[in-house]
Amino acid sequence: MQAHDSDAYRGIWVWVEQEGGRAHPVSWELLGQARKMAQVLDVPVSAIVMGSGVEVLAGQAIARGADFVYLADDPTLGAFRLEPYAALLVKLVQEGRPEILLLGATTRGRDLSAAAAAELGTGLAADCTGLEIEPGTRQLRATRPAFGGNVLSIVTVPQKRPQIASARPRVFELPSPDPTRSGQVIRVPAALPEEAIPTHVLEVVREEGGVNLTEAKVIVSGGRGVGSAEGFRPLQELADLLGGAVGASRSAVDQGWISYPHQVGQTGVTVRPDLYIACGISGAIQHVAGMRTSRYIVAINKDPEAPIFRIADYGIVGDLKVVVPALTRALREKMGK
Amino acid sequence: MNAIVCVKQVPDTEAPVKVQEGRVVLAGMPMMVNVFDEYAIEEALLWREKLGGKVTALSLGPAEAMEALKKALAMGADEAILLSDPAFEGADAWSTAYTLAQAIRKIGDYDLVLFGKQSTDGSTGIVGPAVARFLGLPALTYVFKVRTLDPAAKKIVVERLLEGRREVVESTLPAVVTVVKDINQPRYPTLMGIRRASRTPIPTWSASDLVAAGADPAGFGLEGSPSRVERVEYPPARAGKVELIAGETPEEQATALAERLLSLKVL
Ligand SMILES: Cc1cc2nc3c(=O)[nH]c(=O)nc-3n(C[C@H](O)[C@H](O)[C@H](O)COP(=O)(O)OP(=O)(O)OC[C@H]3O[C@@H](n4cnc5c(N)ncnc54)[C@H](O)[C@@H]3O)c2cc1C
Ligand SMILES: Nc1ncnc2c1ncn2[C@@H]1O[C@H](COP(=O)(O)O)[C@@H](O)[C@H]1O
Repeated sequence: MQAHDSDAYRGIWVWVEQEGGRAHPVSWELLGQARKMAQVLDVPVSAIVMGSGVEVLAGQAIARGADFVYLADDPTLGAFRLEPYAALLVKLVQEGRPEILLLGATTRGRDLSAAAAAELGTGLAADCTGLEIEPGTRQLRATRPAFGGNVLSIVTVPQKRPQIASARPRVFELPSPDPTRSGQVIRVPAALPEEAIPTHVLEVVREEGGVNLTEAKVIVSGGRGVGSAEGFRPLQELADLLGGAVGASRSAVDQGWISYPHQVGQTGVTVRPDLYIACGISGAIQHVAGMRTSRYIVAINKDPEAPIFRIADYGIVGDLKVVVPALTRALREKMGK
Repeated sequence: MNAIVCVKQVPDTEAPVKVQEGRVVLAGMPMMVNVFDEYAIEEALLWREKLGGKVTALSLGPAEAMEALKKALAMGADEAILLSDPAFEGADAWSTAYTLAQAIRKIGDYDLVLFGKQSTDGSTGIVGPAVARFLGLPALTYVFKVRTLDPAAKKIVVERLLEGRREVVESTLPAVVTVVKDINQPRYPTLMGIRRASRTPIPTWSASDLVAAGADPAGFGLEGSPSRVERVEYPPARAGKVELIAGETPEEQATALAERLLSLKVL
């Protein structure tokens, strides 16, 4: 555990998460935020691209705000595996000495940020919903929800460098690409040979319906009031119409009406769509923990006293079995679909 | 098959969280075992029942964290160890992982180290993979099924639950595994289990015990924590009050809501 002289560390780095050569939007969101912070610090922004056949992402990263791109293109980096990714990231950080390292708070980003922080002996603010530079101290101040979203913590890493933070998807604005930006691509080799990697991905199975709630702009969520597995069908239709995804309360999951990847809340996923439509969900504290930062919340519930109405922007007191299909019809008509 | 399960005692998720002078008031909050950790305990017990061996529960926390370990014993864990010392107090995720890793090294002889996917009060899934890094072990996170566990062949195959996909991964043992909620159905402690738990001594390891085993005390507690919580505050309340959409019939209400939603320009 060596102490770090923070002055020797300069610049903001963003890990560009990708799958099959497609970048995760959160990485671009972070590049956009990194640019804003880099302006305060007057330092460059670098993107770290790791993968196999991912050269195209280097140009995209520059267009989204990177001045430098560290590009590692190697078959061992094909499918994400923590060990080779962490080994390379740690090596690059030790050589390049950024003062800030940002990652998306996805399952991969969380693992990678944890492994890097552990090995680099530095601090990590996980799952942040706010990142800013304090001009006087040039320190990163990260805001993150704790205690199931019931409080916000302001976290700093006063001494050690880099200051590492993972941020939730859809917190920061997606910067539009600027094809006229220029930057420098630095090619780097992988850090671990295949023989030294203890894990192998045998198979990747896409979920039925490919539910990815953390990226969804609209979520239509159902609770115990939905009543059955079939009861979710009208919710799915509404979600399909709006290009959204279907979420659920734990009660609905526990009933076996819908699978666990759909569960929103403290023991499910945390989401922040533009629109969250809660149907037959009472609004228990553990459910609200997972969706309270949605931009707009609509509640459809037959009980006017249901706590969900206390955090909703709009509400209909009524039977979801009637209201949801009627809402779908009305929207379909007005949207001309 | 020897497993070590890391269990954290956390405030009851039902209990209101009180903030005073920029800190969460923990005194007097009812506590519980972190929900995900119960699934980790259960998974260890299931594999021990199949393969034999020993399950050790490990917790870092104040003396009261003993309760979490008693629950693990009551469920069926063979042994439990509490890491407790004023020197450990105020540990962030890095220091927690460092301290747990030192204890795990001291315990030695394990095939699996199990964690919950995250703690409900804490750092969102950082401690498991960080411990793996400290111990130089592969980390298999968000596991919802252990397909194969073969300590003799030093092999494990798991299914991981990721965003919109599942991934089947093979790894060498020993390994770190963090588990999601629906991997199993945690058992309730039986009366016999509870009785056994109350008779099983739970040793407390202090900072000096870990230092004697090779740990660097500079990694312990608040002093050893690279991150600082400057302050804690309530999240801003959601703006305004709910607007209830009225109408003579559900159709009218639905139509009015549809107009409202379209005017928000998010669809
Ligand atoms: C440690 C812990 C972790 C938890 N984690 C989570 C989590 O991650 N996610 C989660 O969701 N929960 C979680 N819970 C459970 C949570 O406490 C609640 O029990 C759960 O969210 C309730 O689900 P619900 O709102 O669907 O059901 P209920 O509370 O039963 O509410 C059903 C609602 O539907 C309404 N309703 C019924 N019929 C109709 C109808 N026809 N039309 C309109 N409205 C109708 C009722 O008025 C009622 O408000 C957790 C609990 C604990 C203890
Ligand atoms: N103080 C602790 N003692 C024992 N295990 C812990 C402790 N803190 C975290 N863990 C383990 O690490 C997991 C992830 O915690 P976290 O990184 O805080 O989300 C938990 O589910 C526990 O298994």
